[in-house]
Amino acid sequence: MAKQTIAEKILSRHANKELYAGDIGICGVDYVFSQDGTSGMVIDAFLKLGAEGIYDKDRFCMVIDHSAPSPNVAVSEIHKKMRDFASKHGVKLSDIGEGVCHQIIPESGAVVPGDLVVGADSHTCTYGALNALATGLGSTDIAIAAACGKTYFKVPESVKVILEGRLPAGVYSKDVILDIIGDFSADGCTYKSVEFSGSVISALSIEGRFTIANMAIEMGAKCGIMPADKKVLKWVKAHSRKAPMAVESDRDAVFLETRRYDVSKLEPQVARPHTVDNVCAVGDVAGIRVDEAYLGTCTNGRIEDLEVASSILKGRKISKGTRFIVAPASRQIYRDALKKGFIEVFIDAGASVVAPGCGPCVGTHEGVPASGEIVISTANRNFKGRMGSPEAEIYLASPATVAASALEGKIADPRRYI
Amino acid sequence: MKMEGRAHKFGDDINTDYIISGRYKFRIENESELASHLMEDLDKDFSKKVKKGDVMVAGRNFGCGSSREQAPVAIKAAGIPVVAAKSFARIFYRNAFNIGLLLIECDTDGIDGGDELSIDLEKGILSDKTKGRDIILKPVPKVAMKIFEDGGFVSHFKKYGGIRLES
Repeated sequence: MAKQTIAEKILSRHANKELYAGDIGICGVDYVFSQDGTSGMVIDAFLKLGAEGIYDKDRFCMVIDHSAPSPNVAVSEIHKKMRDFASKHGVKLSDIGEGVCHQIIPESGAVVPGDLVVGADSHTCTYGALNALATGLGSTDIAIAAACGKTYFKVPESVKVILEGRLPAGVYSKDVILDIIGDFSADGCTYKSVEFSGSVISALSIEGRFTIANMAIEMGAKCGIMPADKKVLKWVKAHSRKAPMAVESDRDAVFLETRRYDVSKLEPQVARPHTVDNVCAVGDVAGIRVDEAYLGTCTNGRIEDLEVASSILKGRKISKGTRFIVAPASRQIYRDALKKGFIEVFIDAGASVVAPGCGPCVGTHEGVPASGEIVISTANRNFKGRMGSPEAEIYLASPATVAASALEGKIADPRRYI
Repeated sequence: MKMEGRAHKFGDDINTDYIISGRYKFRIENESELASHLMEDLDKDFSKKVKKGDVMVAGRNFGCGSSREQAPVAIKAAGIPVVAAKSFARIFYRNAFNIGLLLIECDTDGIDGGDELSIDLEKGILSDKTKGRDIILKPVPKVAMKIFEDGGFVSHFKKYGGIRLES
């Protein structure tokens, strides 16, 4: 047997057939899901298939997170359609306030190392932090995977990204992935499996790793996968009863490219409007007025993110004229943040704390900016119109940079607060 | 398969938020309404300019970003049967063929908006009749073509009672 990458191994095991980059395989999947922006079309496609039911009810769920609680009748109708479908087919539905799919699905223990996961959301690649091959698909693909437990894959080529050195104070995993995306560009890894490794990954918490894997899609990647080290196995054991099947690439496996980064001198990074690969050091944009600052999302709404922001905001007030919105990524995180006092810090600072979920990231509710306004956000996309107005400008940064910017009312370097 | 139509030209990295904004992605019950908001954030009147059979032409990485299948659905519902680009993002690539929208890859640099195009899939050529030049198409992968010829992934699945795509 020739040497294989992680993606080749996981896809081979799920196809019961030896597969290599470029092969087409039909693979059984371990978990399938959709969210409220995509579920309506999943249900429509599922009904057109005439399928008898969901292939495995324990390995499918729908999550109401993108526009939750519902801001209007059209969204309410979709939510109702999802609830009715879930109830009819006896499948799990995570309703409003439970959180973002990419936080609550791993929290629920649905994903363990070696798994193959498909979701009707492009940021499904987040679970690569748990050594799973997880990738986003469209609604029709998800309906078919839900109906038969399988989907087809073209086995991706792999790229290796090795992260070395030690992160300086005030610089975080978000800064690392923004720097990498700026280097590779928005299509630098189109349909590639990116294997992240190195001392930086080992030193990061699982939360920090989720942030990096989450944004693999922003350089076009099929998935971003990390090693199943002790931290991953411990995290998975605490959340799941499933047995992990840790996977690593063979020493002589074929990689299209290897890039090494030393993060020791990395500065806080910011992605400027209107593309995620338009990245610069915070100093290049410091001083730009901020109308709205947003802390949350599947990229940076986790407890560690809230903790960093809270440490910067403690005892301080956000700038007059700047709005600060916080959406914890899950109900569990919201509860933990309450216990640890972070929510109180946010409220005292003048923040608006909204329900666990995607918050204003997708432009449907909870903080849609006006035309001409400037937003700094911990999200993963800054496309024109992403948050609702094509005339608004969105900058992306770490929770620390967003918190510092909320304090100053302008884009600010967080290192003076660390 | 042969097609003829007028080009609408866009640049690189046209993401699915541009194709159909998140503001409208919940309005899936009415495909023509989705189509009426096609490319709205880049060109407010775009949907009014499109005639049935027109061709969208773009640069690199067309369809990047969100997995929303509303994006290819809105393009198809606007009467555009095919998109030509230098390259496509992969979730969008699958979604398009799954719902019966044809995508072709070629060097689109010399094509301008308003050019009259004709596409011959068998010969693998896109002719820019306005410019009088032929552009060679990258072959459409067998899997994608199979799904397209079966009328989309749902029809394929129903036809075979499962997935029949292995190499």
